[in-house]
Amino acid sequence: MPEEFKLITKNLDQPGFTPDIGCYQRHGGYEALRKALSTAARDLPDGKKQSPQEVIRDEVLKSGLRGRGGAGFSAGLKWSFVDRRSGKPIYLICNADESEPGTFKDRQILHRDPHQLIEGMIISCWANDVKLAYIYIRGEMPIAARRLNQALAEARAAGFLGKNILGTGYDLEIHVHRGAGAYICGEETGLIESLEGKRPYPRIKPPYFPAVLGLYLCPTIVNNVETLCHVRHIVTLGGAEYAKLGTPNNTGTRIVSLSGDVQRPGYYEIEVGKVTLGELIQHPNFGGGLRPGRQLKAIIPGGSSSKVLKAGEKFQLKRKGPDGQMTSVETALLDLPYDFDSLQQAGTMSGSSAIIVLDDSRSMVATLGNLSEFYAHESCGQCTPCREGALWMEKALHRLNHGEGRKSDADYLLHIAQNIQGRTICAFGEAASWPVLSFVKKFRDEFESKGAADESARAANPARPQH
Amino acid sequence: MSFSVPSKLEAELDELATHYPQKRSASLMFLHALQEHFGFISRDAVEWTATKLGLQPINVYELVTFYPMFRQEKLGRTQVRVCRTLSCALAGAYELRDHFCKNLGLDTAKHGPQTTPDGKFTVEFVECLASCGSAPVVMVNDDLLEKVTAADAEKVLTRGRVTE
Repeated sequence: MPEEFKLITKNLDQPGFTPDIGCYQRHGGYEALRKALSTAARDLPDGKKQSPQEVIRDEVLKSGLRGRGGAGFSAGLKWSFVDRRSGKPIYLICNADESEPGTFKDRQILHRDPHQLIEGMIISCWANDVKLAYIYIRGEMPIAARRLNQALAEARAAGFLGKNILGTGYDLEIHVHRGAGAYICGEETGLIESLEGKRPYPRIKPPYFPAVLGLYLCPTIVNNVETLCHVRHIVTLGGAEYAKLGTPNNTGTRIVSLSGDVQRPGYYEIEVGKVTLGELIQHPNFGGGLRPGRQLKAIIPGGSSSKVLKAGEKFQLKRKGPDGQMTSVETALLDLPYDFDSLQQAGTMSGSSAIIVLDDSRSMVATLGNLSEFYAHESCGQCTPCREGALWMEKALHRLNHGEGRKSDADYLLHIAQNIQGRTICAFGEAASWPVLSFVKKFRDEFESKGAADESARAANPARPQH
Repeated sequence: MSFSVPSKLEAELDELATHYPQKRSASLMFLHALQEHFGFISRDAVEWTATKLGLQPINVYELVTFYPMFRQEKLGRTQVRVCRTLSCALAGAYELRDHFCKNLGLDTAKHGPQTTPDGKFTVEFVECLASCGSAPVVMVNDDLLEKVTAADAEKVLTRGRVTE
C-alpha cells in the first residue's frame, strides 16, 4: 500500500510540536549538529586524507541528494563546484522564496519547524567553511520571518550559532533577508542581486556561476529550504544509509504539494519514486481521487512551469532489466513513478514537486490564461523575448477567453513561445513558454475551436463592440 | 510636515545594516521597516534610505517601483490580498475578490490595489501565496486565511469596518 514516509515532516506533523528550541531539542534537535562537529578526519584507501568537513561533503555527495527547489541537481556536486582557493569568503544562502505556483512545502517547515532548517544550515555552512549565511524568505511570509528570527536568537543563546559554536572555535552568523513580492527572486542569481540590494535581474552564466562569482562576486552556495533540511538527516543516517531511501538516482524523501481538483489537497512526504502519480492523486492516503462524477483531464506535475500531462497519455520509460540491459517500458500516465528521472523521460519535470490536478470541468484555455497572466506579471523585463513575449501570450489568451479569439491563435501562441525559450538570460523564459507549448500542443482542438467559435460569432454580428 | 524617523527605529535599522558586508544589501529591509512604520514609502523615505546607505536615491527608488510589495501611497488599514493564481482560481478566488470589491463599492474590472475612500480597506489580487493546498487563500494584513468562504470574507469586512 502506498504510504507517506515522514522524514522532514515527522516532527511538524505531530500534535503538540511547537517551533521553539526546547521542543525541537526534546525531539532530538541539534544532535546531528553535534555529530557533524565531532566528525573525525578520514583516511582514504588511496592514502589521501579527508578533513572532517570533506567527510560531511562526501556523505552528502554519496547520499545522492538532489536539489528540492526545482532543478533537481545533485546537492553534493553543487557544493563540489565551490571555488575554495579564491581566498574570498564563501557564502551560503537558503532559498526560502517559495513562489512557484502549486508549491507550499517550504512554508510548512518555515512556520512549524524552523530549527530543522537552521540545524541543516549550520551543518552545511560548517562543511563548506561558510562564516556568514542568509535565509532569503519571500516577503509574503512575514510571520515565518519573525519565527525564523526568534529561532535564530534561540540557537545563538544555546551556543549553536554565533562565536565559537559548541566550543569548536567555529564562528557562523545567519541573517534573515526578506524579499518583496517578486517571483524572479527564486532564480538563484536574481536572488543574489536582490540580496545585494538591487533589482533582481538574473545574471548571465557564464561567467556568473554562484559557486565562483556569487554574492558580492564571492563563491556562494544557494540551496532550497527542504534540501538543507535533508542535510541534517544525511548526517544522522550517513550518506549510504540515506541513499537507501527512495529509488536509485532519486534518493531520499520529498514533500509533494498536491492541489487543484482532488478530494484531499495537501502536502505529502514520500520516498522519491516509491509512489506513482496515480496513487498520489487517487489513493485515500493521498489525494483521495477526484470529486464525485469527475474525470481526470490533465496534470501539471511539477509546479506551473512544468509541461502539462494529458489524461490517457503513455510514455516510454527507460528501465534496467534483470540482465542489466536498458529496455524501454511503456508506462501509462498514472503509473509514472513520482521521481526526477521518470517525469523527465515523460517530457516534463518534477520541478518543485507541486502537482496541480485538473478535472474535465476545466477549460484548458482558461487555465493557461490564468498561468500566462502570472508569467506576464512576473517577467523581470531584462530580456526582450521574455518581457514582450510573455505579455503577447497573455494578451492572445485574454482575447481567447473573452470572445475575441481567432482560430490562428493556437499557432500564434506556439510561435511566440518557441521564440522565447532558449533566448533569455535565465530559465524564466522556459518557465513561461513550457506551459503554453504543452497546453496548445496537447489540447490544440480546444484552442482552435474556441478561436473558431469566436470568429463565427463575430461574423454573425459585425456591429458587436470590440472587447 | 517634515520627514523624521523615530530614534528607536533608526537604531534598529543601523543594527540591521551591520548584517551585511556591503550596506547597500540592507535597502530592502530598510524599505520594509519604513513601510511598516509609515504605511507607505514616500520620496522622503527613499532619500533618507539612500543617505543612510550611501546610495543615490535612484538606487532605492528603482526598488520601490520594481518590487510589488512596496507602496508609494497610503493603503487601507485592512489590506486584503486575494491570491489570483491557478489553484486558488480553481477554488473560486475570482468570485472571492469580486465579493470583497462589490461589498466595498470597488470596481471589479479595475487592476491593481484599490482603497476605499474611508481608508479602511485596500483590496487587490496578488500572485501565488504558496498555500495552494488550502485554496482559496487571502492575506489580511500579515495573517494568512485559508479555505476562505464568503462567510469568512464577511467576517474580515465586519472586523475591518470597526477597526479605527
